[in-house]
Amino acid sequence: MLVTAELVLTASVLVLLYLGWYLVVDDRVAAHRQTSSATDLERAWDAAPAPSPVPEASAPRTGEAFATIRVPRFGADWRRMVVEGTDVEELARGVGHYTGSALPGQVGNFAVAGHRLTHGSAFTEIDRLRDGDVVGVRTAGTWFVYRVTGHEIVEPRQVDVVAAVPGEPGVAPTRALMTLTSCHPLYGSSQRYVVHAALDRTQPAADGVPVELREAVR
Amino acid sequence: MYAWLWRHLPGGRRARLAQLAAAAVLLLLVCFVWVFPAISTLSERNGATVGSAPSSTEGTVP
Repeated sequence: MLVTAELVLTASVLVLLYLGWYLVVDDRVAAHRQTSSATDLERAWDAAPAPSPVPEASAPRTGEAFATIRVPRFGADWRRMVVEGTDVEELARGVGHYTGSALPGQVGNFAVAGHRLTHGSAFTEIDRLRDGDVVGVRTAGTWFVYRVTGHEIVEPRQVDVVAAVPGEPGVAPTRALMTLTSCHPLYGSSQRYVVHAALDRTQPAADGVPVELREAVR
Repeated sequence: MYAWLWRHLPGGRRARLAQLAAAAVLLLLVCFVWVFPAISTLSERNGATVGSAPSSTEGTVP
């Protein structure tokens, strides 16, 4: 009887330890690793400037980190790599790009997904984004400045939010848009939190980080 | 279980406490480095994207 109680107590402690590891330790370690790899990628691009003129963007291979993303609202130091693909492996390394959706700056919808909680919690604060907030995306040679235009909370099956024209699948796009998706609610995943943005302007990466991304918004 | 362990550990009170503390640290290390990562991989599912099947909403990764 006593042994059973001791075993149950021990198991409880182990479960609590696991939750603490999963929600805090692993999350922080992953966030740190993802921030570093985004910084390293930008430094590598700066060290080896893209050929001029910049070649036409080609579709990235699955798992390829082809862009970085910065969101001042998430913090001045917040940055992640954008990795091609939205499977667990890609989202573990940063933000995942929906394969087949537009590339940064292209007409259409540049759609990405990020974890709301755990595994680096890329988009934990996605619900703090407001209309007009800046989302900066960088490729080897170019910075793309998007501005938030709105958000919606949808069912997980609602794939038309990442269509070329969000909400209107099959319609030919005329504008360069961006969509960010993550889990909702924070500690669940019964829904998806979706933020839409539109391209505001671009600038060569050689000219440095766009001024909008250097302004504090907190 | 723990009483049995306490009786069978050698040394005085301090030595036994030290052994138990060392064992606890070792257990924590093994859990954090090997066991917990393996468990989290087993239960891994993707809840951040649109398009996943509705059945995957149970116990998914947010």
